[in-house]
Amino acid sequence: MIGILAVQGDFREHEHMFQRMGVPTRRVRRAGDLTGVTGLVIPGGESTTIGKLAREYGVEEEARRRYQEGSLALWGTCAGAIWLSREIEGYPDQPRLGVLDLAVARNAYGRQVESFETDLAIEGFDRPFHAVFIRAPVITRVGEGLRVLATYRGDPVWAVGERAMVTTFHPELTDDPRVHAFFLRLVEKGVSLKAG
Amino acid sequence: MEAKGTLKVKTGFAEMFKGGVIMDVTTPEQAEIAEEAGAVAVMALERVPADIRAQGGVARMADPKKIKEIMAAVSIPVMAKVRIGHFAEAMILEALGVDFIDESEVLTPADEEHHIDKWAFKVPFVNGARDLGEALRRIAEGAAMIRTKGEAGTGNVVEAVRHARRMWKQIRWLQSLREDELPAAAKELEAPLDLVKWVHEHGKLPVVNFAAGGVATPADAALMMHLGMEGVFVGSGIFKSGDPRKRARAIVRAVTHYDDPEVLAEVSEDLGEPMVGINIDLIPEEERLAKRGW
Repeated sequence: MIGILAVQGDFREHEHMFQRMGVPTRRVRRAGDLTGVTGLVIPGGESTTIGKLAREYGVEEEARRRYQEGSLALWGTCAGAIWLSREIEGYPDQPRLGVLDLAVARNAYGRQVESFETDLAIEGFDRPFHAVFIRAPVITRVGEGLRVLATYRGDPVWAVGERAMVTTFHPELTDDPRVHAFFLRLVEKGVSLKAG
Repeated sequence: MEAKGTLKVKTGFAEMFKGGVIMDVTTPEQAEIAEEAGAVAVMALERVPADIRAQGGVARMADPKKIKEIMAAVSIPVMAKVRIGHFAEAMILEALGVDFIDESEVLTPADEEHHIDKWAFKVPFVNGARDLGEALRRIAEGAAMIRTKGEAGTGNVVEAVRHARRMWKQIRWLQSLREDELPAAAKELEAPLDLVKWVHEHGKLPVVNFAAGGVATPADAALMMHLGMEGVFVGSGIFKSGDPRKRARAIVRAVTHYDDPEVLAEVSEDLGEPMVGINIDLIPEEERLAKRGW
């Protein structure tokens, strides 16, 4: 079962994408909702809000335990990517899961008027992916055990580990299911980090 | 090539607010309290609606200095209000880097005929609406987000409920029509036919729809979520109450857990004095803010 963290943000857009692909999903608001979930998507939204609400009803603790025991794969989009990152530049106390060895800078492209959409070339995709960046974070450091699948202006925008991934853009705001399909494969089989 | 200020980027940003609470603030300290409570954005204002109502006079865009101070105080998005039709105020807010503009009936209208042409801006706009036709007219002008008007500054949720119910009733009515009946429906709603067709097909507004105007308690917020709103604006309800910190936090939790009565009961407890409400029937017609705009 794919779970979608539904404390705040555009969780319905992820649901709709999975629905179109014929994949059932469950909304996760409390720790108990994670039972039977093998892949958890953390949507876009406000990262400070999501961090606080995920901590209060035990989701953060349970997701950490399940990830560490190897029974839960994770995908964070935008705010969700911030939540998964070990280091948030300038906000050391912001609540987060922090299981991926990444550093991110929030709102690094600027305020909303600097938000943009663009076509991204992505490793392993035969045609570009239309990516929407909204007050997006920039990944400033990628640790060992993570591989970068796409960059924009030289900065990583999609990083993948064996059991988790982050995108700083919003595949759920498009009609293109390729990144969601990639996550389903990651949940099922994990991802080999060897290049090529 | 990258494209900024597109419809997708504007409406997509509004999607990120869903399931969240946007709070009116008048000082950097209040903005910090809102952020700490888990607000998804703050609305930077000179005076909250309850004070505008009490003090009267012309209500305008806030002083840019105040808006900049609030932008510097928090990392969450900052919204600000302009008068209906006052596109020069909007140009100023866009130049300041405000993340979202509310073309708001809470301020004194600057133009009694035209709303702002919101397509002309990179910054997204939210507009109030009392019914589906009004919402679609604003969307046709480029609004990237809609909110109910409610009756701001009253602490009385009855008008927001009326507007939310009316909008959904009209959406369900549109869905029930035959394709060849849509032009007449568009005429009746005074809304563009292409948007009427979109709603007929999808059964919702084409942009995010929040509740606003009179929300004062966690239960009010939960009620609006149950009525199909996607998030909540709280104006005077927080900083005109006895314990703003606690109430702000409670309303955020109520929006996330609106269908979990246990959580609602827990967060509703011991919040101190709510803002003193106003019975809408006692407000003379000409002083009702929801009547502004068309």
